[in-house]
Amino acid sequence: MRTIDVAEVTETIARLAIEATHFLPEDVEQAIRAARERERSPLAVQIIDEILENAEVARRKMLPLCQDTGTAVVYLEIGQDVHFTGGYLIDAVNEGVRRGYQEGYLRKSIVERPFSARKNTGDNTPAVIHTEIVPGDRVRIRFMPKGGGCENMSRYQNFLPGMGKRAIIDFVCETVDISGGNPCPPLVIGVGVGGTAEKAMAMAKHALFRKIGERNPDPEVAELERELLEAVNALGVGPQAVGGTTTALDVFVETYPTHITALPVAVNIQCHSARTKEAVL
Amino acid sequence: MESIRLETPLTDEDVARLHIGDHVRFNGVIYTARDAAHKRLIELMQRGEPLPIDLRGQVLYYVGPTPPRPGQVIGSAGPTTAMRLDPYTPAMLELGVKAIIGKGGRGPEVREALKRHRAVYCIAVGGTGALLSQHIESAEVIAFEDLGTEAIRRLLVRDFPAIVVNDIEGRDLLEEGRKQYRTSDRPIPAFRVLGG
Repeated sequence: MRTIDVAEVTETIARLAIEATHFLPEDVEQAIRAARERERSPLAVQIIDEILENAEVARRKMLPLCQDTGTAVVYLEIGQDVHFTGGYLIDAVNEGVRRGYQEGYLRKSIVERPFSARKNTGDNTPAVIHTEIVPGDRVRIRFMPKGGGCENMSRYQNFLPGMGKRAIIDFVCETVDISGGNPCPPLVIGVGVGGTAEKAMAMAKHALFRKIGERNPDPEVAELERELLEAVNALGVGPQAVGGTTTALDVFVETYPTHITALPVAVNIQCHSARTKEAVL
Repeated sequence: MESIRLETPLTDEDVARLHIGDHVRFNGVIYTARDAAHKRLIELMQRGEPLPIDLRGQVLYYVGPTPPRPGQVIGSAGPTTAMRLDPYTPAMLELGVKAIIGKGGRGPEVREALKRHRAVYCIAVGGTGALLSQHIESAEVIAFEDLGTEAIRRLLVRDFPAIVVNDIEGRDLLEEGRKQYRTSDRPIPAFRVLGG
C-alpha cells in the first residue's frame, strides 16, 4: 500500500488547470499545421494562421488560449493499492480547481441552480470528476478545461441494433453539420458506442484524451474512425464553418458491450483548442 | 490575405461596401455584451428607461474575457457563440447597431433583421482569445459592473480581425462556403438551434 497526501492532488490539479489553459498540446498544434498544408480555402488558411499565432501569443504572454477556460473536467485513475490521507479526495480536487482558476487568472464560468437563479459559484467549482479504480499504486490525473461552445453540441441517440455502422456515421455527420461554427471547428470528435446512455457519453468524452492520430487498437474500430474522419471532412464545413476541407482533425471511437436491444451512440465534440494535460502521482 | 480597414462608429456607406468572406479590421471603440447584458438592456427598454450607451452606428462584440493579470489591459478575449443572442438581436439592430462580432451562424430572423436594418454580422476566430486581446488597447466597464465577465465594456481596438458572414444583401458565408467545399452527397440539414 502507498500513502498519498491529498494536498499533493490539490497542488497538481491547480498546476494542470493553468498549464492546460495556456499551452496547446504539441500533437494538436502539429495536426493544425498539417491541416494548413492540405486546406483548399484561402479564407480557411487565414483562420488556421490566426489559430497558430494564437497558440504562440498564449505561450509567450501567459494568456489563456481561449477566454472560455471551461468546466473543469477531471479524470482520476486511482491504483487500488493507494491510500489517501489528509482529507477527502473530492474536496482536494475542487480545492485544486479553486486555486488554479484564481492564481491562473482563468474565467469562472460555473453557475449553480442551472434552471433558475444561475448564480456564478465564483471559483469555477464544482469540477466534473470521474474516478476509476485500476491496478497498481499510482494515481493518474487528467485535466480537461471543456469549453461551452463545443460541449453544448453533444448528442446522444439509441439506434436499432440492425442499423450498425451506417447509423453511427450518419449521426456523427448530422451532428457536425447542425453544429456549424458553434463548436469552433476544426474539431476533435469523441464517439462512444455501446454500453448504456451514460456509459456511451462517458466514453465519448474520455476518447478526447487521445493524441491526434492515435487509432483505437481494435482494427475494426480503427477503420470506423478513418471512415468517420473522411465523411466529416467531406461535409465542407471547414474552420469556423466558413467552408473548407478541414472540418475535423481526428475522430476517436470507444466501444463497450451493450444490451441485445440497443445501439447507443454518443458524440462529444472538442474545439480546435483541444486542451488536456495530465500528471501521474 | 487583404483586409478592409474599418473605423468605428460605422456609417451606412461603410456597411454597404462589405460582402461575405471579406476579412476586415476594426479600429476605434466597440462595446462588449453577452447574454446577461442583453437581457438587462431589453428590460430597460421595456420599462422605457434610458440605456447606458447610444448604440447608433456602434459595433457589439459578444465576449466574456478572462480576468487580466496585473499590467494587462484585458485577459483572453475571443468571441462566444452568437446564436444564443439571436432572440435579442433584432432589438439591438433597431437601436442602430451596425455590426456584430461573434462566432458561429445566425438564425433566419437575425439574417432578415440585418438586411432590413442594413447591418453586418462578422465572426472573429473562436478560440483565439489570446491573439485577439493583443488588438485591444484599452478596456473599461461602463455598465452592469455586477455582471463580472458579462458586464458591458468599452474597448478601444486596433486592427481587430474579423470575417463578414452576413451582409446587407442577405447572403450567408457559412451556407455558401459549405456548399462550395462539400464533396459529400449528404443533404445539408435545415438550420436549427442545438443547445447554444
